[in-house]
Amino acid sequence: MSAISNRYEFVYLFDVKDGNPNGDPDAGNMPRIDSETGHGLVTDVSLKRKVRNYVGITKRYEPPYDIYIKEKAVLIEAHEKAYKELGVDLEKDDKKRKGGDRVPEARSWMCKNFYDVRSFGAVMALKVNAGVVKGPVQLSFARSVDPVLQFEHSITRMAVATKEEAESQGGDNRTMGKKHTVPYGLYRSHGFISAFYAEDTGFTEEDLQLFWNSLTNMFDHDRSAARGEMSARRLIVFKHIGEGESARLGTHPAHKLFDTVTVHRKSDGPPRSYADYEVKIDEAAIEKLKGKIELLDLI
Amino acid sequence: MAKSKTLKIKVWGENACFTRPEMKVERVSYDVMTPSAARGILEAILWKPAISWRIERIDVLNEIRWQSVRRNELGSKIPFSNVTKAMKDGKGSLALYIEEERQQRAGLFLRDVAYVIHAHFSLSDRKGPADNIKKFEEMFERRVSKGQCHHFPVMGNREFPAFFAPADDGERPHPVDRDLGFILYDMEFGVWDENSSDYESARPRFFRARLESGSMVVPAWDSAEVLG
Repeated sequence: MSAISNRYEFVYLFDVKDGNPNGDPDAGNMPRIDSETGHGLVTDVSLKRKVRNYVGITKRYEPPYDIYIKEKAVLIEAHEKAYKELGVDLEKDDKKRKGGDRVPEARSWMCKNFYDVRSFGAVMALKVNAGVVKGPVQLSFARSVDPVLQFEHSITRMAVATKEEAESQGGDNRTMGKKHTVPYGLYRSHGFISAFYAEDTGFTEEDLQLFWNSLTNMFDHDRSAARGEMSARRLIVFKHIGEGESARLGTHPAHKLFDTVTVHRKSDGPPRSYADYEVKIDEAAIEKLKGKIELLDLI
Repeated sequence: MAKSKTLKIKVWGENACFTRPEMKVERVSYDVMTPSAARGILEAILWKPAISWRIERIDVLNEIRWQSVRRNELGSKIPFSNVTKAMKDGKGSLALYIEEERQQRAGLFLRDVAYVIHAHFSLSDRKGPADNIKKFEEMFERRVSKGQCHHFPVMGNREFPAFFAPADDGERPHPVDRDLGFILYDMEFGVWDENSSDYESARPRFFRARLESGSMVVPAWDSAEVLG
């Protein structure tokens, strides 16, 4: 199957209810927040982690959909680990380029086998100078539409970790903990897909479909005590169309496409659900771009 | 050498990180876009082996503001020998496990940036018979006005998209005078190696940058001000 031959941009809206969409390691794992404006943030890498996990579990970590950067929580086999350690041993102090004419071959082999390498790219020690596969898919930080409020909840556990603790409490055996949530936040992220890089890494229409599926479904497979209720709410894709090269290069500036999607509050008071918002697409502006841009409303 | 007229482009974004080479583990951005990052943006829009871009001036339109973000990052890269071994054997795990290699890194990024880049290109010795300056000037202007690009340009890192449009004559830099110290100009690359799809060597070059009324004038690449 051949690589995609259109440029794409997309607006991705997701929300969180009583959960922590992305903890900030600098702030004791409180939800990330822009301290100047109070808007919530979710980093690009946090979203990409979920795409990797979704593709990994649905495709069972098998080539050509294997995942290069895994979370350990998923299957690990002893022999694989042994192999890895052996491999690392072989490497030792080697920082210089090695492999000569096999480098391009190894690079494309990695792209072929690993979904995340051919979508997002990867830094592999294949070159001296910042050896990279640049992936076609590029995501920005997601930012909440309105400022979010960070809640801190104290919680108790009816058990203690050690005997010493139990003794000091005289058998009361309770530990206090903390949990952080935002009551509600609707987040907006922008994404970009380059057809030229897709050609380079072999990112196909099928891969693209899988990417849309993962954005649609990934939160449904990422449930945890910390996350609360997270849902993908809207995925609006702009496909650049036209003859050959122009579809690849693009037919309209990205920022103008993003401007056609606006999110408004339709209620007063603090927002607590998706129903408090209205997402509008400027139909007239899209109509004017007929033949240049195809709008795909995927969620 | 024949060179194009000065081309202008406005670029802006929500965040930017033009990483200082001396602080790249926990990334700290330079105060302004480096000529090297500006070249990267122009090349994302139009580049062929026939042309090489040179930055003349960068206007800083917004006040310089900062934001700190700490993220979980991966601490290692895959060794080349592991890939070749797996290719040969047809099996083996090449995955990296994030729990084993995790590093938490902070980044000090710029926020709410906007610049006007003034630049020209000249034709390189890799030009073909059909290549001429006028053609590429027009291609560039056409692409900028239509928003076309090879890949989407970025503000230093790929998570920070750089939106672009033709520069409006009304744009005025945020008037600040500041000595920015020595900043990275660009990398000086050695000979291209087909086998590895990479340059044989790369060496950084620096210059003493100043903001005068919000503009950073970039000296010529081959001038005495540029230190290798």
